[in-house]
Amino acid sequence: MNVARQNRLNSLAAHGALILYTVIALFPVFVIVINSFKTRKAIFREPLALPDAESFSLIGYETVLKQGDFFLYFQNSMIVTVGSLFFILLFGAMAAFALAEYRFKGNTLMGLYLALGIMIPIRIGTVAILEMMVQTGLVNTLWALILVYTAQGLPLAVFILSEFMRQVSDDLKNAGRIDGLSEYRIFFRLVLPLVRPAMATVAVFNMIPIWNDLWFPLILAPSEEVKTLTLGSQVFIGQFVTDWNAVLSALSLAILPVMALYVVFSRQLIRGITSGAVK
Amino acid sequence: MTALTLTNLCKSFGSVEVLKDINLTVEDGEFVVFVGPSGCGKSTLLRVIAGLEDASSGTVEIGGSIVNSVPPAKRGIAMVFQSYALYPHLSVRDNMALGLKQENQPKSVIAERVGKAIEMLDLGAYVDRQPADLSGGQRQRVAIGRAIVREPKLFLFDEPLSNLDAALRMNTRIEIAELHRTLSASMIYVTHDQTEAMTLADKIVVLRDGRVEQVGSPMDLYNNPANQFVAGFLGSPAMNFLKKVPLNIPEDGALGLRPEHLRPTKGGRIKGAVTHVERLGGDTNLLVTTEGQEALTVRIFGQDDTRVGAEIELDFDDSTAFLFDAQQQRVPYAI
Ligand SMILES: Nc1ncnc2c1ncn2[C@@H]1O[C@H](COP(=O)(O)OP(=O)(O)OP(=O)(O)O)[C@@H](O)[C@H]1O
Ligand SMILES: [Mg+2]
Repeated sequence: MNVARQNRLNSLAAHGALILYTVIALFPVFVIVINSFKTRKAIFREPLALPDAESFSLIGYETVLKQGDFFLYFQNSMIVTVGSLFFILLFGAMAAFALAEYRFKGNTLMGLYLALGIMIPIRIGTVAILEMMVQTGLVNTLWALILVYTAQGLPLAVFILSEFMRQVSDDLKNAGRIDGLSEYRIFFRLVLPLVRPAMATVAVFNMIPIWNDLWFPLILAPSEEVKTLTLGSQVFIGQFVTDWNAVLSALSLAILPVMALYVVFSRQLIRGITSGAVK
Repeated sequence: MTALTLTNLCKSFGSVEVLKDINLTVEDGEFVVFVGPSGCGKSTLLRVIAGLEDASSGTVEIGGSIVNSVPPAKRGIAMVFQSYALYPHLSVRDNMALGLKQENQPKSVIAERVGKAIEMLDLGAYVDRQPADLSGGQRQRVAIGRAIVREPKLFLFDEPLSNLDAALRMNTRIEIAELHRTLSASMIYVTHDQTEAMTLADKIVVLRDGRVEQVGSPMDLYNNPANQFVAGFLGSPAMNFLKKVPLNIPEDGALGLRPEHLRPTKGGRIKGAVTHVERLGGDTNLLVTTEGQEALTVRIFGQDDTRVGAEIELDFDDSTAFLFDAQQQRVPYAI
């Protein structure tokens, strides 16, 4: 940090506030993770204690790995999340580019129409979606989920990305046109790299709700071989008894892939911000 | 042969008319400068010539053939932008080579032309750098290099120097003039800096509100402006326009006097008081308020010790004065 602008008190206060926030935000995660390594009795007796020699137990993880096909659930969740994000970013960016770059009749109207989905929750249409999926034979396939999540994520993606694409220098795109680049190459090679931070933001915003969603997997893809992780974990939450060891272990495991994805996107975020722009 | 001919060219964005009935020719090897105040449509005109915008009506002819429906890359033009617009992910060399690669030129031709441009622009030390690692002046030279390698029939420059500092601007201006001499190519150059216009142009086109006000050589426009706008636009400090002097001026018209043509003279026809003095070393600018409460600039060559507040009497040669009528058109001088 710049020494001339450094102020001990200010920077202490700022760090204090940030650390406090981090502690508050991470505390539930921390409690889940430590309790996933404890016996059932220990969880209830002292929920905040760290696992020690006496209370340490991997019973939760054993249950999770034995029960059902947990790796399959993982894989399903991963395919659905990554697939949906891919299509959201691809189609969202393409629509945003068209809206930001080309003047055509109904441009504004089209933009408003595409943004409408931000205000109307997609779950309102669940029945219609289910009927459609039944008719197209997509029920109990991962495609059903990917399509629905793509539709769910597109409005916000188009909205955010078109705003960012308007800021990409016209001169740069025009230079590409004069050099004979096709519109596709201008889009993929010139514009997309410059809006990478916005893409990462959109990805992060969409990732968590898709990963955590219970509603659509339950309705559109409840069968064993296409269950997502969130749906699969529900077997441990019974009406009368809940296997807390297993639930906590499943949750702890479910955090890992999201974290991995987040690291990937946040690296993009930083790289995008610092890459050399026009001037 | 003419490099560019514009015939009855109009351009509107929705209901806003930006270019109105433009007729213009650029001869082979000519350096033409478009000047005009901000927002008068200079960049739009350049983009229509380049094919980045479609003309609403009228024709654009480059090198003898009408190109209204030819895409930018096939028009035989190259353009240098104000913001440089280098490809951020490509090295200097690749920035220059991309256009040629798109034309499917053989590797040997690409290497030769890029090498020549790099040498001409003195960029040898930077060929493998990314644009982000270059200074503003170097970036602008790369952008110019990118235009040169395409060997276009017509160069288009859109305010290429406005992001550079004063010293660099002068150097680059001279480089562009040299470039024009060595390549003997046709060039169109947009600027709102009238020094650039005066020093570079074979022909200046003065635009206002999407219309061509006057076309001519720099000295032509300076000595024989067709109207008050052109007279006031070229020359620095700008021409003085006086309405309230005890002379025979057309009704609602104005008397135009260039600052360098006014001189302090005992018993001169214009009287006033000095309100400010700018000493530039080489010459001195006196800001004067006349009896009619009009502001006036006087340029005196060399140094001058006139003080603020002093009473002053000014005079001029009748042959250097201009008269404009109520419609701001030039009328013959007669007082
Ligand atoms: N895409 C567009 N849609 C609507 N109006 C536009 C568009 N592009 C330019 N204009 C308008 O056209 C007019 C001319 O713009 P232009 O950029 O050609 O001016 P300029 O002479 O280059 O000005 P400057 O010296 O500031 O660069 C301006 O009034 C501008 O608002
Ligand atoms: Mg402009």
